[in-house]
Amino acid sequence: MTATAHTAAALALGDDALVLSHRLGEWAGHAPVLEEEVALANIALDLLGQARVLLSLVGDEDELAYLREERAFRNVQLVEQPNGDFAHTIARQLYFSTYQRLLYGRLAAAGAGDLAGLAAKAVKEVAYHQDHAEQWTLRLGDGTPESHDRMRQACTALWRFTGELFQPVAGLDVDWQELESDWLASVTAVLERATLTVPDGPRTGAWSAGAGRQGLHTESFGRMLAEMQHLHRSHPGASW
Amino acid sequence: MTAVTADTQEAHEAAFDAAVAADERIEPRDWMPEAYRATLVRQIAQHAHSEIIGMQPEANWITRAPSLRRKAILMAKVQDEAGHGLYLYSAAETLGTSRDELLDKLHSGRQKYSSIFNYPTLTWADVGAIGWLVDGAAITNQVPLCRCSYGPYARAMVRVCKEESFHQRQGYESLLALSRGTPEQHAMAQDAVDRWWWPSLMMFGPPDDESAHSAQSMAWKIKRHSNDELRQRFVDICVPQAEALGLTLPDPDLKWNEERGHHDFGPIDWTEFRDVLKGNGPCNEQRITQRRRAHEEGAWVREAAAAYAAKHGEANS
Repeated sequence: MTATAHTAAALALGDDALVLSHRLGEWAGHAPVLEEEVALANIALDLLGQARVLLSLVGDEDELAYLREERAFRNVQLVEQPNGDFAHTIARQLYFSTYQRLLYGRLAAAGAGDLAGLAAKAVKEVAYHQDHAEQWTLRLGDGTPESHDRMRQACTALWRFTGELFQPVAGLDVDWQELESDWLASVTAVLERATLTVPDGPRTGAWSAGAGRQGLHTESFGRMLAEMQHLHRSHPGASW
Repeated sequence: MTAVTADTQEAHEAAFDAAVAADERIEPRDWMPEAYRATLVRQIAQHAHSEIIGMQPEANWITRAPSLRRKAILMAKVQDEAGHGLYLYSAAETLGTSRDELLDKLHSGRQKYSSIFNYPTLTWADVGAIGWLVDGAAITNQVPLCRCSYGPYARAMVRVCKEESFHQRQGYESLLALSRGTPEQHAMAQDAVDRWWWPSLMMFGPPDDESAHSAQSMAWKIKRHSNDELRQRFVDICVPQAEALGLTLPDPDLKWNEERGHHDFGPIDWTEFRDVLKGNGPCNEQRITQRRRAHEEGAWVREAAAAYAAKHGEANS
């Protein structure tokens, strides 16, 4: 693996974790039940921890998080999607944590290197995240008519952002087609148990497939970065 | 009342008084005076509510934290506060109430939370000032509660105090970084301390001669020290810490009193304190509205969990 490809891979995975962690952090003080205040913050912290390790492989974590503009971020568009209602947050979490668990499992099994080390540690965390998302998908899908309807809408709304997860990332030696079919099998099984159906919309549009990895994001992302970076950028060179 | 039950009542009271006098712990199944039970429910509930409402002023800065390290520390802290709320609601439930009932009282304004959380966090330095001063005051109040006569509350306090001390040190360290940083950062830290100092002193409650519940709570060993005693202890701790931080405390009357062996300090604005308690502080409306909204908007989620549990025979938590 070349140093550049290695860096590109760490940046892509680091940005995914950083951005999703930020979105989950927005829930603090707004969760539907106290146990979820704890759980969502816990997942956000795990992801932030992963982001810090990954970004540090690339350079200075704070420079990378706070001083890049929107077009330089390499996260998938899925993780930057606004929280919406609890069902949207859970659907985003189900799609992403299933992907992360399958991917990290493969990277950890592949053995050597910084990414394998990170993946071996992180796969335990993301197994917990996936379980949390699955349990809530079941409760919402198979709960009340209202929760079923909201969960169905959320799964459908986010479906079109899932194709991008399987665009090959330079520097990651992974069978992306196999990863995708494992992901589809896992998500399908959970949705069926939750009395939901797999959305039938497209997962690979000309714009959404691979766009985030190329620095092409959705509109809400710029606003998210403005909030995240404002204070840091207001005090150039300061340490905190 | 028959003679037998009157005797039983007297025996219960005597056993309770003896246990409290001997510094034994009262446990949930033990007999206790109704007024003792009611006082504890009120105090523990208010404490739990304070943890939950107290998440808001700090969560206000999670998305704007200026470094990833500070962001992680702040997220962990807000998560701990939700956890403290959960311990405390559990402790209150041992007295025969329920979390739902207590939350309902919070949302309808029938139970209070600490007045300090009705102040806004206007800059990043406020997060450090809250850690140093607000958590510092909370610890000064709560450490003696680790020896409170009611067992479940005392045990919850042991866990809470350990985590709070950690947050307090992190808050201090964050302010120190600002104080030693750029002139703008130093000014930001000083401004935060200027705004949080007096409200922190108010956290100890009204002066001893106006404190309605103090005497009885001290007799029951729920409280171990008076409000003014704890407030004095806090001032004495903070003065050297402020010096070490390179920040000043906004009180021209603050000076060491050799004779008393304590710092003298200026008068507290009790009118402001009472206004905030009555609901007229800067953020009372906003805090309770956000809490109610989170609860109301989460109703369908809780209903879904209950319906799913009923269908699948899970314990409904």
